Amino acid sequence: MSAQPGDWPDRLFETLKRGGIRQVAYVPDAGHARLIDRCRADDEIRDVALTTEEEGVALAAGAWLGGDRAALLMQSSGVGNCINMLSLARACRFPLLMLITMRGEWEEFNPWQVPMGSITDPVLELCEAEIFRVLEPSEVAGIAQRAVQYVFGQERIAAVILSQQLIGKKVWTK
Amino acid sequence: MTLERRAAMATLLAERGDDLLVVPGLGSTTWDAAAVGDNDRNFYLWGAMGGAAMIGLGLAIAQPSRRVAVITGDGEMLMGLGALATIGTQCPPNLAIIVFDNGVYGETGMQPSHTQAGVDLLGVAGACGIASRLDVRDEDRLEDLARQLKNLRETLFARVQIAAAEPPRVLPTRDGVALKERFRASIGVKP
Repeated sequence: MSAQPGDWPDRLFETLKRGGIRQVAYVPDAGHARLIDRCRADDEIRDVALTTEEEGVALAAGAWLGGDRAALLMQSSGVGNCINMLSLARACRFPLLMLITMRGEWEEFNPWQVPMGSITDPVLELCEAEIFRVLEPSEVAGIAQRAVQYVFGQERIAAVILSQQLIGKKVWTK
Repeated sequence: MTLERRAAMATLLAERGDDLLVVPGLGSTTWDAAAVGDNDRNFYLWGAMGGAAMIGLGLAIAQPSRRVAVITGDGEMLMGLGALATIGTQCPPNLAIIVFDNGVYGETGMQPSHTQAGVDLLGVAGACGIASRLDVRDEDRLEDLARQLKNLRETLFARVQIAAAEPPRVLPTRDGVALKERFRASIGVKP
């Protein structure tokens, strides 16, 4: 079976599995739907649905205290919800792997997504997150793998930015 | 009737055993835990307000053979109220969330918190699906809580009614990296 461009969430899932990720926290997001489904179906991964993204920053810290690797999935709007809680990862050097689907940057239907989408990268940089941006499906596995190594090898924060160009525009069926 | 916070913390952590991991919340509960006796298996919070319960959840999932007690204040819990909903969906059997409720923000000048106005944290925890709950208003119930903490078998939420007082601050190290490393080393987690 050859890889299809739309299979990139499966590449992310495989990277998380290879990286030994045991806890996956998320606020549901259309761009992450397939990855969330894969994680929920996996017996070795504990999936934790959150009410807000900052909960996931704290969860990942607790996971690391106990020896588990965690990943946090969110949409770009969720980055704003995390800012103060990211102080926990920065002050204690907790490893934090964030996989972020972009909104508000490319063929965006909803103008209310633009304000946070337009400042996602600089906010993350101010919070000392290393940015790993993905534009093409073929890049997903390699870039995500580098981010995993960076986060858990150096106990640092990384944001894998899954561009709106990669995800494709949201389809409104109504 | 209300309890004195330092004495309450001492009762809960007396004979804590090697398998109890403690996450005290930002502010007074961190000073209380340090005052009772420093321990490598305390992960004190000097920030991350609203995050204590979720740190406890991640830790409880990662360490299913140990007990985890988050001991935090009403203000800290109120900031992360959504965490109770998340914990209600997970309910690890080895997690206790214990809120020292004095109805005020003691660190910032004793301003009233929502619990003083009637917000019922036990009710919230129940509505979030945390079945095991304890309302602690006297020594007997505190002893009950200590016993339940020793034999933790399901997610437990307790509200401990404490007096609004400010005992002398006992400050643990503020070095977050050191707190993290010593905690992990103490439970044998590999680097």
